[in-house]
Amino acid sequence: MAAVVEVRGLVNRFGRQSVHQNVNLQVQEGEVFGIVGGSGSGKSVLLRSILGLQKPRAGTVLLAGRELGTLTPAELRHVKAEYGVTFQHGALFSSLTVLQNVQLPMIEYLHFDARWLDELAMLKLRLVGLEPEAAHKYPAQLSGGMIKRVALARALALDPRLLFLDEPTSGLDPISAAAFDELLLYLQGELNLTVVMITHDLDTIFRTCTRVGVLVEGRMICDTLEGIVQNTQPWIHAYFQGERARQRGTQHGT
Amino acid sequence: MYCAAQRESDGVVLALSGEWRVAALEAISAELKAVPLAGAQRLQVQAAGAQIDISAAWLLRDYLARAEAAGLRTSFSGAPPPALGLLDRTLAAHAPTGNEIAESGEWLDAAAAVEGLGRRTVRTWQLIESALEFVGRVTVAALRGGLQLRRWRLTSITRHVYDTGITAIPIVALIGFLISVILAYMGAQQLRKFGADIFVVDLVTVGVLRELGVLLTAIIVAGRSGSAFAAEIGAMRLNEEVDALQAIGVDPMEVLVLPRVMGLVIALPLLTVIADFVGLIGGGLLCHELLGMPLAQYVNRANEAIASTTFWVGVIKAPVFAVLIALAGTWCGMRVRGSSRDLGRLTTLAVVQAIFFVILADALFAVLFMKMNI
Repeated sequence: MAAVVEVRGLVNRFGRQSVHQNVNLQVQEGEVFGIVGGSGSGKSVLLRSILGLQKPRAGTVLLAGRELGTLTPAELRHVKAEYGVTFQHGALFSSLTVLQNVQLPMIEYLHFDARWLDELAMLKLRLVGLEPEAAHKYPAQLSGGMIKRVALARALALDPRLLFLDEPTSGLDPISAAAFDELLLYLQGELNLTVVMITHDLDTIFRTCTRVGVLVEGRMICDTLEGIVQNTQPWIHAYFQGERARQRGTQHGT
Repeated sequence: MYCAAQRESDGVVLALSGEWRVAALEAISAELKAVPLAGAQRLQVQAAGAQIDISAAWLLRDYLARAEAAGLRTSFSGAPPPALGLLDRTLAAHAPTGNEIAESGEWLDAAAAVEGLGRRTVRTWQLIESALEFVGRVTVAALRGGLQLRRWRLTSITRHVYDTGITAIPIVALIGFLISVILAYMGAQQLRKFGADIFVVDLVTVGVLRELGVLLTAIIVAGRSGSAFAAEIGAMRLNEEVDALQAIGVDPMEVLVLPRVMGLVIALPLLTVIADFVGLIGGGLLCHELLGMPLAQYVNRANEAIASTTFWVGVIKAPVFAVLIALAGTWCGMRVRGSSRDLGRLTTLAVVQAIFFVILADALFAVLFMKMNI
């Protein structure tokens, strides 16, 4: 079966600065794939390349076996309806209310009447743990954590099979972050969602990820969670065996 | 086909099948509505054959709730779809969603109209107050800067002189030339009727130097730089950069507003001189081409027409216009809060206000100079 997301030989370069030298990765259906890497290692650039927001210097990106670069605009639009995305800083539309933000993909792709739009958008907001009072606020009136949740609700608007998340739990309090982990697990387990997620949150990685890809020196090292923890590459070792990781380990007994 | 209904003794067995995805929601809804429930007392759903996403589960839940309200007993044979469990848990804590969506749409209401009028009045008054406060703050920052050269942020001022002045030279020169062409053309047509062709020179030189040179330069600059000021500062406000400056203990008036005001106060008079210069040359060329007037005669006539004050009467207005444009731009920028729509609105407003105040000030200058007999 074709991988849901596949990247082959990706190369990205800005001026003289080389970000990706040769990145390969495959994400199978139903996986939660965590992308990890130091600041400036090109995690967001990788995500932007996969989403087609950034044209790579070389390499191909395949979504559900179809190569992004070769699709016609109509096909591309169809592909885009199949996945949901959240951005690191939310990227909510500041001139629309929370409810309108969630409805925008639905209005764009579906032809529902107002009642359905309202109720389905409300449902998605509930799902991510937002109170109905927030629905008519504007993004500028929201806290950082609420922005993250609205962004997730908007990503879920079309019930995608595939989710791309850029640091979804950063800025959330630990309780909300844990609730987010559970929601993600639920979506993945029951609805067979595939998730590709950039995250620094060790708790989220250990709780949700089935596989992890680490960006080091322009390449990606992919492994299962158990495998990556044992990796001896210095950066990966420091990441998963460092002080914070060990503290986490002693607390949770893993 | 998303569902197949089968009649049993006292009920209906509904077998779900296929992909119940959000994209097919309308088709599914239509099929569900077509299921004959008349006379039935039980509704049994077999969900095992279908893949049901969250939105479709919501539809199914809604459908079952309606069926129950109509007196049917509903049940699942086999496991209920997993998404339904998620919905039940999510929605259990709350009342039905339908009522929470605020009713919008207002009718004309006398009390609301009076309230609205009052609010607008208060808001307008607050706006005037905040404008005065802004001017006051800028003035204080300028006075505090006073003699301390360091506080004047010379690098920043230089950048703004470059951005608002040097880069505007081509467009300002072109406009200066075109306006003298228009004046000369119109003047030649009208004055030729009286055989007063020579007065075209008066019209062009005095018109450009006293009024049109500076006024059109100011309008161009208001469009270019007034909007740029508002957008730059507005984007910084959206990004919380202005708050960051304040938190660090740096006065935004001093680093954001004053350099822009000073930069424009330096740039606009220089631009005006360029517009005047190009305008005079353009007038000369047009007189030569249109009226066959030798250039020497144009220069002589221009010397007679222009009083010693004519040039300065125009240029003296430039710094005043510069202050008005810069203040309108920066004030609008500082008022941006929240959304990108606000940024667009205030950038537009900056240009409109800048041009308005420039023309208003020009009218006041005209009256003033007339009273002074200049």
